[in-house]
Amino acid sequence: MNPLLLVLALPLAGFLIALLIPRSSPQGSRIWALVLSLATFVVSLALPVLFQRGIAGEQFLLDVPWIRSPEIRFHIAIDGLSLWLVVLSTFLTPLCVLISWRAVQNRAKEFYAFLLLLEFGLVGVFMAQDLFLFYVFWEVSLVPMYFLVGIWGHERRIYAAVKFFLYTMAGSVLMLTAIIYIYNRAGTFSYPELLDMLVGGKLMFSGKEQLLLFLAFFVAFAIKVPIFPLHTWLPDAHVEAPTAGSVMLASVMLKMGAYGILHFCLPLFPTASRACAPWIVTLAIIGIIYGALVAMVQPNMKKLVAYSSVSHLGFVVLGIFSFTQLGFDGAVYQMLNHGISTGALFVLVGILYERRHSLEIADYGGVATAAPWLSTAFLITTLASIGLPLLNNFVGEFLVLQGAALANYKWAIYAAIGVILSACYMLWLYQRVFFGEVTEEIRSHLPDLHPREWAVIVPLVVMMVWMGVYPQSFLPKVGQTTAHILEQTQVNVPFRVQVPSQVGQIQTPHAEAANAR
Amino acid sequence: MQLWLIPLLPLAGFLINGIFGRKLPKSVINAVAVGSVVLSFLWVLKTLSGLGALDAAYTEHYFTWIQSGSFHVGCDFSVDRLTAVMLLVVTGVGSLIHLYSIGYMAHEGGYYRFFAYMNLFMFFMLTLVLAANYLVLFVGWEGVGLCSYLLIGFYFDKKFATDAGNKAFIVNRIGDFGFALAMFYIVKTFGSLDFATVFSHASGASQGVLTAIGLLLLLGACGKSAQLPLYVWLPDAMAGPTPVSALIHAATMVTAGVYMTARSWQIYTHAPAAMEAIAIIGILTAFFAATIGLAQNDIKKVFAYSTVSQLGYMFVGVGCGAFSAGIYHLVTHAFFKALLFLGSGSVIHALAGEQDMRHMGGMWKKIPWTFWTMMAAAIAISGIPPFSGFYSKDAILVAAHQHEPWMYWLGTITAGMTAFYVFRAMFMTFLGDYRGHEHPHESPGIMLAPLVILAALSVLGGILFKVPDFLAPLFPAMEEARDFSLVIISSSAGVIGIALAYVMYVLKPGMADSVASSFKGLYTLIYNKYFVDEIYDAAVVQPVINGSRTVLWKGIDVGVVDGMVNGAGSQARAIGSVLRLLQSGNIRSYATWTLFGAVVLIAAMGVVGGLR
Repeated sequence: MNPLLLVLALPLAGFLIALLIPRSSPQGSRIWALVLSLATFVVSLALPVLFQRGIAGEQFLLDVPWIRSPEIRFHIAIDGLSLWLVVLSTFLTPLCVLISWRAVQNRAKEFYAFLLLLEFGLVGVFMAQDLFLFYVFWEVSLVPMYFLVGIWGHERRIYAAVKFFLYTMAGSVLMLTAIIYIYNRAGTFSYPELLDMLVGGKLMFSGKEQLLLFLAFFVAFAIKVPIFPLHTWLPDAHVEAPTAGSVMLASVMLKMGAYGILHFCLPLFPTASRACAPWIVTLAIIGIIYGALVAMVQPNMKKLVAYSSVSHLGFVVLGIFSFTQLGFDGAVYQMLNHGISTGALFVLVGILYERRHSLEIADYGGVATAAPWLSTAFLITTLASIGLPLLNNFVGEFLVLQGAALANYKWAIYAAIGVILSACYMLWLYQRVFFGEVTEEIRSHLPDLHPREWAVIVPLVVMMVWMGVYPQSFLPKVGQTTAHILEQTQVNVPFRVQVPSQVGQIQTPHAEAANAR
Repeated sequence: MQLWLIPLLPLAGFLINGIFGRKLPKSVINAVAVGSVVLSFLWVLKTLSGLGALDAAYTEHYFTWIQSGSFHVGCDFSVDRLTAVMLLVVTGVGSLIHLYSIGYMAHEGGYYRFFAYMNLFMFFMLTLVLAANYLVLFVGWEGVGLCSYLLIGFYFDKKFATDAGNKAFIVNRIGDFGFALAMFYIVKTFGSLDFATVFSHASGASQGVLTAIGLLLLLGACGKSAQLPLYVWLPDAMAGPTPVSALIHAATMVTAGVYMTARSWQIYTHAPAAMEAIAIIGILTAFFAATIGLAQNDIKKVFAYSTVSQLGYMFVGVGCGAFSAGIYHLVTHAFFKALLFLGSGSVIHALAGEQDMRHMGGMWKKIPWTFWTMMAAAIAISGIPPFSGFYSKDAILVAAHQHEPWMYWLGTITAGMTAFYVFRAMFMTFLGDYRGHEHPHESPGIMLAPLVILAALSVLGGILFKVPDFLAPLFPAMEEARDFSLVIISSSAGVIGIALAYVMYVLKPGMADSVASSFKGLYTLIYNKYFVDEIYDAAVVQPVINGSRTVLWKGIDVGVVDGMVNGAGSQARAIGSVLRLLQSGNIRSYATWTLFGAVVLIAAMGVVGGLR
């Protein structure tokens, strides 16, 4: 059986069965969600194991007809780009189940059902190779998240949920328009087929067409990423969402945007992508610095982490639009890194919230004395988040900045300011929450980690170290695909393109020496 | 040769004590922490004896760390003569300080945590010096910064300590910003970060590029080695336990900038402007920090500013092309400055935590071992022959004279001031009558033994270890111009400084105060460290924070963007209610607005051109 189909079908089946579990047994819902999400994760581990390194394109392909007219196919596959994103989703779902164990008492049945449906939608987004199918999964993932925020969120949950929904829908509608336009022009929703037609010259978009289509897709994705100034739904959604919602939102959902840009926008509209690159890079750099500065002055922990995501995702976008191999690899790696370390930050903030029932930084202080292991875990995550070498984010940030420097050295200078600022806001947060004299209130309210929390934290910390020390476990499988995308973006060059001079290759010492001579 | 064992032994110590330390007895913690560092030292000795003359660099490749396209960085270690010197200093002095810490930290809470951090520091510092490429060096570079942060903030319930830790980390990040940009430029130019590749092709690159790289690396070095204008974190770093000040903030970590610039000499020799910048920053820092040292009353603060000043000397050496002289001073400074800090730790230990010299005095009778060993270091740092500091400082000043005579003269004046403030501290602490209320007691043998060994090295280190001769094959030769009169002048500056301190603080104890009051303005300025911290705070920190809060967050984010979004939402609602007969639902009207926005964006894009 195709392992992809299994990874996709398990959460859906889990969702359906979860609906049958009687409401009177919330424990049953929890256990079911845990067992099922763990099983999905275990099955998904087959993907990297069976994945073939030499192939840039689709693997584990499954292509069956779904709707006769217009012809929409159930066409799923993964490549080096989506492989790890799928595994990231399946890795985080059981952790989200565990972290909600005690926090969610109200309507536990629906909560876990929605969590599994969310996993189904997310995994589907990363697998779909048919544009219409992609759109379906994109929307499927939106609905459970809307309910997770709207039902299990904090005080202003309705405002946040509606804002999130409207923002994303606005983008989705644009994307749907573009998808239908493409179908009218090409007569197919199949993404690989479209690419073949583009390469073979059977399908040509005029400059204007390409630009408009690109922007339609791009705006939808940019809202998801989010790219400045389309980010204002994010802090609200994060603050109001329950812990599991924040984790899935930050770690996986935001990646849908960056994934979409890299997977669809660039290969379909290479010239428009390149033409807009300077603009988008400008927004990305503004996002990096702006997000960090605004994060610095937040009095609320979740908002701080949310704005830091705006900053971190700016690096991803910068890497993509540097149009270099290093930038692409760094961007993909940074998506995964952000998923792990920001996910961990939300988990840890959630643990603090469960104990003290406050997200305000000012309500904390001296936690290091009361809960040393919790503080240690938070410290490691903080260090990962600010890009300390030997932890995961460093590798991604280094590659992105190096790629940006190869494309345009100025970009690296501006973006690297974000690395200074990240240390400012994270260390200041850490100091105010964990250091200082411990009050009686904190001491009595903040017991250290208990076993269920250990089970969530340890895998995350292990991943931070592993991805930082030995990125070669992950990067080679990515590299083949990103190299292929880079190649695809070099077709169709005539339309208003300014190719940075060193794209894709590094000047060798010999070339340099020859220049000097 | 299993070079990896050298850093991995302390790492193992860190993991054991860090994970299980809370439950381990002190004896086991000691054995693990000190044992791992001593074993590492022994392994260094074994490795170096096995490698023989080390005429060429010996490199080991372990695995590919990062690969992307044709670009790759390996986890590679390499040893040449420069690395050998650094390895010996780091593990040797490191072992002594670990030993000392057993006694010093005996009554402190968080005992296991202290030793875990110290071992982690050793791991990163050894990685830094063993690195065979810039990125692995950067791993160590950032890692030692992390340990510095953790150990400065060791007493984490004290706000001033954690403030100092944050300051150290963030100021260092500014330096690292330069270092990182230098790496990006190196890759852009040479396609690799391996020392061997970069240095062998350095002569082929243009001078402008190399100058840019050199200046960016210098920014990194200024952060780590506390040079102008990024020195501000080091004096505050004294909030950490005293052994930390000795190991990290005097003997090893802060010299990493000197090591890194000396390591990159092939870049600097092809970028004279960058090299000149090193020399100028070095000499100005040396002088500037020494003036502040004149008026401090906290014994550790005196030595902290002294460290900044002495690091300035090392930069002068490197900047004048006398790379080996800079490293020579790095080595002797490691001996005598570690000793000064450990000695002052012994004083503080004897006085139950007192650091203000105005509450000391007459200690020499009570803690004679501490007094006599510290005296050796004080004479050494004053540059009195034949103590170790004389040789290295002399080598730097002679090179400075050859390069730019004014640097020599400023350096000599600084040498006089150095002798003055160090002996001022010695006299205030040890001579006269005791002015405090404690019952001073001599430190235990485990603390005194390292003091005695370091005293011997401070006295004889210059004669025993002829570092410049050992490093001669590595660096470009400097023409030898021994001018004996220069040596006499600079040494007598030290003698004059000591004599002046003796007159002002021993013979006529009231004189210092009257001098201070007759130069009131100047004294206030120096006493308050030229108000640099206050200026940085008012000019940089506050504007950034306030600007972010009022303009960016409350203004742009909540005001403009969200204002527009919410406005569009309610607009859509209003229009929607009007047009309800034609169109139902707000979502679609909202989408219309977004579409409208996208059209405006495209139009704008057509008009202007973006960041190209």
